[in-house]
Amino acid sequence: MASVSIDGIVKNYGPTPVLRDVSLSIADGEFLTLLGPSGCGKSTLLRVLAGLEMQDAGSISIGGRVVDGLRPKRRDVAMVFQSYALYPHMTVAANIALPLRMRRLTAIQRLPLVGRLLPGRARIAAEIDMEVTRTAKSLDIGHLLPRKPGQLSGGQRQRVAVGRAMVRHPAVFLMDEPLSNLDSKLRVQMRAEIKELHQRLGGTFVYVTHDQAEAMTLSDRVAVMLDGELLQVAPPQDIYGDPSDRRVAEFIGSPKINILDGVMRERGLIDVAGSTLKIDAAALPGMHLSLGIRPEALHLADQGGQSTLTGSVRMIEHMGSDLFVHLDLAGPDQPLVARLPAEYGPRITPGQTLHVGIRPERVLLFTPDGRRLRGQVELSRASVMPLREAAR
Amino acid sequence: MSTRALRACQLLSPAAVFRHTVLLATGALILVPFVWMVSLSIKPPGEIFRTSFSFWPVQFYGVENYTKAVTQAPLPRYLGNGVMICALILALQMLVCAPCAYALAKLRFAGRDTLFGLVLIGLLLPHQVLSLPLFILGYQIGILNTYAALVFPYVVSPFGIFLFRQFFKSMPDDVVHAARLDGLSETAIVWKIMVPTALPAVIAFAIFSIVSHWNDLFWPLIAVHDQSLMPPTLGIMVFKSEEAGTDYGPLMAAATLVVLPLIVAFLAAQRWFIEGLAEGAIK
Repeated sequence: MASVSIDGIVKNYGPTPVLRDVSLSIADGEFLTLLGPSGCGKSTLLRVLAGLEMQDAGSISIGGRVVDGLRPKRRDVAMVFQSYALYPHMTVAANIALPLRMRRLTAIQRLPLVGRLLPGRARIAAEIDMEVTRTAKSLDIGHLLPRKPGQLSGGQRQRVAVGRAMVRHPAVFLMDEPLSNLDSKLRVQMRAEIKELHQRLGGTFVYVTHDQAEAMTLSDRVAVMLDGELLQVAPPQDIYGDPSDRRVAEFIGSPKINILDGVMRERGLIDVAGSTLKIDAAALPGMHLSLGIRPEALHLADQGGQSTLTGSVRMIEHMGSDLFVHLDLAGPDQPLVARLPAEYGPRITPGQTLHVGIRPERVLLFTPDGRRLRGQVELSRASVMPLREAAR
Repeated sequence: MSTRALRACQLLSPAAVFRHTVLLATGALILVPFVWMVSLSIKPPGEIFRTSFSFWPVQFYGVENYTKAVTQAPLPRYLGNGVMICALILALQMLVCAPCAYALAKLRFAGRDTLFGLVLIGLLLPHQVLSLPLFILGYQIGILNTYAALVFPYVVSPFGIFLFRQFFKSMPDDVVHAARLDGLSETAIVWKIMVPTALPAVIAFAIFSIVSHWNDLFWPLIAVHDQSLMPPTLGIMVFKSEEAGTDYGPLMAAATLVVLPLIVAFLAAQRWFIEGLAEGAIK
């Protein structure tokens, strides 16, 4: 059990920067997810943390101890890989036992024949066997111990890889997209098991994924990475509801957040897609803004007017519990997706003109360079409250 | 059409007939000297130069020929030398090639690609080109006419390094990473993870190495002249000129005995080889 502190990590592959001054601190026992599209540097950060790659600058401490010069095995971290990385020629039992054998037996005791004759070896070997069996049982793979990885299914291999990591009780668990090679049903099941594992072991977990559902469901905090930079580190609900950067808002959420171009007309009014929204923002009149509107922040309105948008229905996606309605707004090519309750289904047809109302307090404002423009909620609360009442 | 009928049809097509004729003819061409050798090794001297050819002798003379082959020349000694030299060469080659190949395949260091280029150049050079420099080197360090002289030129095998490097490179980096996290040293990764996983390549290389060094005549001819150090091929050559003269029966018996271990070893290893390949394929 240990906290992890990442301080100003820089890593380049030749002239290509992969990590640009990444700093992050992870609390003892926390489940932190590094989330980002492939190629954003999240796996590299994990490998730097494990000591498998050396950073060009910056420092890493685990449990208050600076580990920069230490080899991977001295860092007391264990890793689960996307490809599982099991040793194909060893049985499951030997795979799980290897980290313990390497740590508890001396080099001479590990020798194939001579080792057996040495005093103390039999006792240590029996202990290792016991721990391997216990770990395997807790992961429900006790019956697979004599098999080789080649004879196992993906989910079983995954459990063996987790077993190999947890058997030696590391201070920090590192997981590099451990679920992405599984089919979707198994992925959901293993996701729940990893969550349980974290609660049971209470260790510090650093989990890398490009799957936002995994990040949102598993994590205490999510660190969103893009192009080698940390954009935001926050609890999942804040990453979704209160993103600090337009790229974070666009990366998280499915369907994707609607981004509309707007112009500040005067204080409290923003022109967007042919209508005017009553949103107070800390911006000067005439300034261009991007409005981020989550699909569920939209609701069906009976008629057009202030704080509503009007468009024609292009496509309807039935999701069972919800409808995703794709609208073409008036104005230059601005598509919009609204998430509406399924009972509206029969009332909406493609081609129809639809009015959707916006809850102004759920509109996220971004400056043209992508930074979040905060402060509008405080400014506009007074004007928003009556509006919300009016909308109902 | 059933598969059997289809197969019969494929076998009887003119192209297939032609193909198989060529294959059979080539196979026969390669096998004939061997068959002849075995046939001669069981014939009495009078029958060997008879104009008519039959595989089985009229008078079975195998016991006499083989006894002569084993007793007249120190053939067991030659065979023992051959086994020892081949085993030593293979062991040392593995000891050198596997770590080299691992470094070239999985480690990042300055000059790695240049080194690999040098390995490829080594692969292109025929061994005969190096024999004179090696002879002089052997003379300078005073190991000529010893077992060491027979072994040392082959300890570093560019082919072995190349073969293992290609195999190791196809193994995922994550396995190496996992091994490092599990506490294995780089040496342990080579011997406990890479080499056992590359078993098919190891066996293929072992076959290649043993066959070529068991059959090697050129370098032993240069390196040793003491009969007690000679490997089987060189021994037979000496046996022919010194002892046998025109006595081809025992000579052929000796040759058969020299070839036999290779054939047995190959047949045994072939089974492993296929198992190794099949195991690799399950993954």
